[in-house]
Amino acid sequence: MSIGAGVPRDRAKRLLGGRGRFVDDISMPRLLHLAFVRSPYAHARIEAIDCLAARALKGVVAVLTAAEISDAVASWRAEHKLFPTMAAPEQFALATDVVRWQGEAVAAVVAESRAVAEDGAELVAVAWAELPAVVDAKDALAPDAPRLHDHMDGNLAYTAEIAAGDTKAAFERAGHVAEEHFRFHRHTGVSLEPRGIIAEFEPSEDRLTVHQSHQTPHQQQDLYARLLGLPEHKVRVICPDVGGAFGLKHHLMADELVACVAAKLLARPIKYIADRLESFLADVHCRDHEVTARMAFSASGDILAIEVDDLFNAGAYGQYPRTSIAEGNQISRLTGAPYGHEHYRANLTMAFLNKSILGHIRSVGHPIACAVAERLIDLGAAKLGLDPIELRRRNYLHGDDFPRTSVGGIEFEYLSLRDCLDKALAMFDVPRFREKQAALRAKGVYQGLGIATFVELTAIGPEYYGEGGQHISAQETCQIRLEASGLVRCYTGATDQGQGIDTGVQQVVAATLGVPLEAVEVVSGDSALCPVGGGSWGSRGAALAGEAALRAAATLRRNVLSIAASLLQKDPADLDIRAGWVMEAATTHMSVAEIARIGHFQPYSIPDGIAADLTVVERYASKDRLFLAGNGIQLATIEVDVDSGIVTPLRHLVVHDCGRILNPMLVREQIRGGVVQGIGSALYEELRYDNGGHLLTGSFADYLVPMAGEMPDIDVAHIETPTATSQLGVKGAGEAGTAGAVGAILNAVNDAIAPLDATIAEVPVTPPRLLKALGRI
Amino acid sequence: MKAPDFEYLRPETLAEALAMLARHGEDGAIIAGGQSLLPLLHFRLAAPAYLIDIGRLEPLKQIVEGDGYIEIGALVRHCELAASALIGREFPLLHQAVEHIAHPGVRHRGTIGGSLAMADPAAELGACCLALAGDVLLQSAAGQRWVGMADFFAGIYETALAADEILTAVRLPRRGHGGIQIFNEVARRRGDFAMAGLALVSDRGLGSPRLALLGVSDRPILAVRAMALLSQDPTATEAAIALIGDEVDPADDPAYPPAYRRHLVGVLMRRTLAELSP
Ligand SMILES: Cc1cc2nc3c(=O)[nH]c(=O)nc-3n(C[C@H](O)[C@H](O)[C@H](O)COP(=O)(O)OP(=O)(O)OC[C@H]3O[C@@H](n4cnc5c(N)ncnc54)[C@H](O)[C@@H]3O)c2cc1C
Repeated sequence: MSIGAGVPRDRAKRLLGGRGRFVDDISMPRLLHLAFVRSPYAHARIEAIDCLAARALKGVVAVLTAAEISDAVASWRAEHKLFPTMAAPEQFALATDVVRWQGEAVAAVVAESRAVAEDGAELVAVAWAELPAVVDAKDALAPDAPRLHDHMDGNLAYTAEIAAGDTKAAFERAGHVAEEHFRFHRHTGVSLEPRGIIAEFEPSEDRLTVHQSHQTPHQQQDLYARLLGLPEHKVRVICPDVGGAFGLKHHLMADELVACVAAKLLARPIKYIADRLESFLADVHCRDHEVTARMAFSASGDILAIEVDDLFNAGAYGQYPRTSIAEGNQISRLTGAPYGHEHYRANLTMAFLNKSILGHIRSVGHPIACAVAERLIDLGAAKLGLDPIELRRRNYLHGDDFPRTSVGGIEFEYLSLRDCLDKALAMFDVPRFREKQAALRAKGVYQGLGIATFVELTAIGPEYYGEGGQHISAQETCQIRLEASGLVRCYTGATDQGQGIDTGVQQVVAATLGVPLEAVEVVSGDSALCPVGGGSWGSRGAALAGEAALRAAATLRRNVLSIAASLLQKDPADLDIRAGWVMEAATTHMSVAEIARIGHFQPYSIPDGIAADLTVVERYASKDRLFLAGNGIQLATIEVDVDSGIVTPLRHLVVHDCGRILNPMLVREQIRGGVVQGIGSALYEELRYDNGGHLLTGSFADYLVPMAGEMPDIDVAHIETPTATSQLGVKGAGEAGTAGAVGAILNAVNDAIAPLDATIAEVPVTPPRLLKALGRI
Repeated sequence: MKAPDFEYLRPETLAEALAMLARHGEDGAIIAGGQSLLPLLHFRLAAPAYLIDIGRLEPLKQIVEGDGYIEIGALVRHCELAASALIGREFPLLHQAVEHIAHPGVRHRGTIGGSLAMADPAAELGACCLALAGDVLLQSAAGQRWVGMADFFAGIYETALAADEILTAVRLPRRGHGGIQIFNEVARRRGDFAMAGLALVSDRGLGSPRLALLGVSDRPILAVRAMALLSQDPTATEAAIALIGDEVDPADDPAYPPAYRRHLVGVLMRRTLAELSP
């Protein structure tokens, strides 16, 4: 059976052979290149833009500013009807009169090469009047703070409270209270391949064809059609190989839209590839939260209540079309979710400030929710004098607690928390580590062990964006074609950015239909060919597109068997398809290829009234459940050099439950990649700005990503609790690694420095921050 | 991030290269390994009209043994330093230090001349050559001159090189046997530029020590006070550790504030001295 087999993905061979076809590898006749003039200021008024010199440069074809494109493209607002009070200022493809973050594009230079386009961009003279900038959420909300958006009273974008039970009373009767003030700094996703697009426009047909490094071709098709005023069926978005996405590539980006507008205005294909500096400046960013939280415990160690206050920001606008609310919303709903407390209050407050827009990057909100709760538990354990592991076990939701709607309003079908913990403890000898730790401490070597329990909300249902008013599909449709040769083409709405979902879908189709894996080709990432779907984000591919594929393959199987039964004069119920052959018990009757040949070329031999379609379509959308919750535990060990402040990860262990596993190898590597990204935010990755809102980390020399040399071995194990909400039983897995790693590392660092009477609650844990916490500088 | 247009010149001889440089002066730039220059070009922080590739100047690729000194040609690449048994024997400091420079890809292209000419205050080789009391040979169409390392470095990315000069070699005096050469640094990740680094060169028993520091001032510097203290009294290690942090003047970098780098210098000093005591 191919479901559950750790088969390598086809695409890997090609990519590792250097034969990938990314957007920048694509060329075409008459191609032009785009470079942007971006604001050097975080906040400034544009007094005038002089494009004469740039336009006169040899090789420059056009210089576009807001004035040139405003008739050709609509503006937008990041609204969400589930958050009706959220402020949603109007946004434009190119800044009109005011720029609100450093890096905002004000002019686009189109030229024969990217180098000449950059030469042209240097010649565009903008007269700026600098305005005061706000770069911190707290400052942004001060009464006299400079305002970003004139029509608003201040910079408050949204605020809300979620409450269950009576936290006030619970804290009053608590035996112990753990409290901490956390800072999670801003970072981004850092895909190896930056964002990129080629837009082609055929004026005689009103036809826009886009090749784009993106996660959601149908969402882009809809957006480009609406914003450019084109009929949707004349817009086609193709995602070729995508070199990592992590959520960076499922938004509308103003610069990419400008490429489409330019293609339309000039009727020539336009290529825009974000360079690394632009990526740091102008990709969506994530995190940047300041959280104050506390947890009340009974004298015997039951968690009674949690309170969370999360202050964060959207950047200068809201991200479109999804908005920037999700990170805070997830934190406010998820903090402490694995535990059985009854009293809960969360406040979220989102400000606008003069930095790039915050969007959805891998594991939206989860790493923060997890780190906050898990840190409070460790702090609580210290106060209670209890073992932090036993304190967790005692408070885990388990057994009869399910199904349960959490105090944060999330439905849990089942969480295998105790099983994951038991497995983790079987794989990692905690008592032995503690012995070694004590011995090393005596020598001045400080190692630490951190544990984090996490839930991962995957495979979001249609209610969130459906009710929100976004044109984002949470339904997946799968089309399967049995070709005349008996080989199979499968068209899915999921897209592959390197995680291997194509292979997962291929395995489901092959197993369900009963044909070898090689007999199935999966086609994805083309809005014209593939059925309307949501693409890949939010750990949705396997659970949603996998289920749709299962259904479509089952239908095709039924049709193949009914044709076979009619030809063989048998009862279809007695027939089976195995390895591409129609079998009756141990007897081989005919091949699927033979049925395909007859079905396509001799259809007259199939009587009427039989389901004989060899191209089938099925769909899957969940109903009345917003998420499928996966869960797991991460255990990290690290060593702190208390002289230099450098933290070295030693070992990392993840025990995870994502329901049924389609391909253990791909899931394992997803988890590992996610952990590495989580270690990145725990120890390295940070977009730093100065007080004027100027980015200080514009290259890989200053923005540190986790590198192989520093990464620990990451062991991954699984508990499999299939969801009963689908036939396939799969829950998502793409973000689990990231969700728990920050909490595990933060707890490990604190465990290491506990004997020095120090704590730290700021990530990334940089050496100077750590030494400051230790009182050494 | 594409470099502005330039003309690419590739001289076959030093004389030809010097003539080109004399002609193009301020508009020309030497390219050696390109590992520092190319990023500058792509960021458009430098925009030379002429790029003069000295990669074919074979004499600059030699490591030559002289009487009482070793002369390393400017085009000797980091990986070649690491592979040279002679260097390993004479200047183990360089072998230790090269391990810390970036990654193999960079070490296979970057040259010692490029590193010294670039004068990144955090570069390993500049501090090592300073600790080893080296001199660089600067040649132009008009003549040549030897400059001591301490006079060569003039500030962040600033050196004594004139616009028409090429650094052709660095000459390091041989050290007597039984001496001490130790390199240590602290970097965030393997291969990153150091937040601070220290090169110690001395005679046996910490006699007449030279201590060079990197990453903690606008150029590689000698910790003269610690050197003087230890020369007088080689056992005054604690006092040297205590004062060496005050000898440096780190840039006001919010990511790694001066107090942190000062602290690191003391840490490095302690580590280095600890390697001396068995
Ligand atoms: C990712 C990365 C990481 C790095 N990490 C480190 C590190 O940890 N430590 C470190 O020390 N370095 C590091 N470097 C820099 C590397 O060591 C470079 O090789 C070195 O600084 C420059 O040498 P080059 O031969 O490449 O010089 P080039 O880049 O070719 O030139 C650099 C400058 O020197 C001038 N120049 C070059 N040769 C001469 C000459 N003979 N005479 C006069 N002028 C000359 C050029 O005009 C230019 O201005 C790193 C580089 C990269 C790309």
